[in-house]
Amino acid sequence: MAQVRVTVDGVEYADDVEPRMLLVYYLRERLGKTGTVVGCDTSNCGACTVHLNGRSVKSCSVLAVQADGGEVLTIEGLARDGELHPVQKAFNECHALQCGYCTPGMIMAAVDLLGDNPDPDEQEVREGIEGNLCRCTGYQNIVRAVQSAAKAMQPGAERPAEAPAPVAGGN
Amino acid sequence: MIPAKFDYVRPSTVEEAVSALQQGGEDAKVLAGGQSLLPVLRLRLAAPSLVVDLGGLAELRQIGEDGDMIAIGAMAAHHDVMRNELVQRHVALLGQATETVADRQVRHRGTLGGALAHADPAGDLGPVALALDAEFVIAGSGGSRTVPASEFFVDYFTTAIGENEILTQVRFPKYTGWGSHYEKFNRTAQAWSMVAVAAALKIDGGTISEARVGLANMSSTPVRATGVEQALVGQAATADAVRAAAEHATEGTDAPSDADAAADYREHLARVLTGRAVLAAAG
Repeated sequence: MAQVRVTVDGVEYADDVEPRMLLVYYLRERLGKTGTVVGCDTSNCGACTVHLNGRSVKSCSVLAVQADGGEVLTIEGLARDGELHPVQKAFNECHALQCGYCTPGMIMAAVDLLGDNPDPDEQEVREGIEGNLCRCTGYQNIVRAVQSAAKAMQPGAERPAEAPAPVAGGN
Repeated sequence: MIPAKFDYVRPSTVEEAVSALQQGGEDAKVLAGGQSLLPVLRLRLAAPSLVVDLGGLAELRQIGEDGDMIAIGAMAAHHDVMRNELVQRHVALLGQATETVADRQVRHRGTLGGALAHADPAGDLGPVALALDAEFVIAGSGGSRTVPASEFFVDYFTTAIGENEILTQVRFPKYTGWGSHYEKFNRTAQAWSMVAVAAALKIDGGTISEARVGLANMSSTPVRATGVEQALVGQAATADAVRAAAEHATEGTDAPSDADAAADYREHLARVLTGRAVLAAAG
């Protein structure tokens, strides 16, 4: 057994794990973070993408012990105060999913890409998410969602109008 | 738990890493970024008794200038290599090839030293290191030794790194002001190359004065296309001259046949891609 101390979605954990435990299984089976899924187990599909120390990684290709001392962000830690992350919103609004299995990894890859390149053109989006496969082949809307999120995240971008609050009382 | 059981150490100095390897015996394995080793462990194609993780050796991530060389720590991640200003300015070809390695996630974890030590003949960085006369600094119990690229690649997945040794640094001469291009041919995004060509040229007054060309996946190791290099020197970088030189691309190769491509198709690709790479390098 080896000890791993890691911060996941803002919460610190310390656990004894077998060195052979992959990070994705640590997240899913120890911490219950099942939002991160296992797609292919061959490093190709990217469904298990999370951020480790601020960079996207395939968590099936990282040992839990390699994350020791590090900070992990999963799809479950993206929303803030009940508000979806702009990339999550854009995936919703652009219907950027069919079966949804690739979505957690796609979103984490897209957030990483936009951190690096806040205004990618279509080709840059396609290359930026080449490590993520959508078996429904729903790439068109995924690319649209990433570009739409990029616009929404530009400094000074107008926030979408909030729905009017329900009026209580009769004034 | 998909990989087989293994013991694990994460040393904090190169000396500790070397001694851990010695104690671990022949079933010990070095873990760099893990982007080749972990897939192999998951498939149980390897079952090392001990994994020595170099992830704790921060000094092996440094990239710097050392006299007239650019010295890159073996644990520098692909992402950091391709974004490094010294690399972009003096060893542009390395940056260009590194950008094509796998995908963003893999480039965040995978390392220059790990990829070169893994020595997959289809790898992108071997032909660059070979063509650019890189030097490999290898640490063992008796200290460090330096091996030229021409002696580093021995066979499929086999290098000059000995059993209880660790690759610590890769050093590149400066190719400041050279034109360069990495031309990779693969079937799908993130796939290994069927064939790839790394080319760098020094052009003086419209004439090629020096040329470096390396090939991926044309033999059991990366191949230096010296026939092409010799044919290019003294020529103007015209399409005709480059195509004529590219006819030499298969000299000294032993192209494999596999599910992706037969040997004769690879030979065709080597000639065509060499022409493209050299023309692009010429600008």
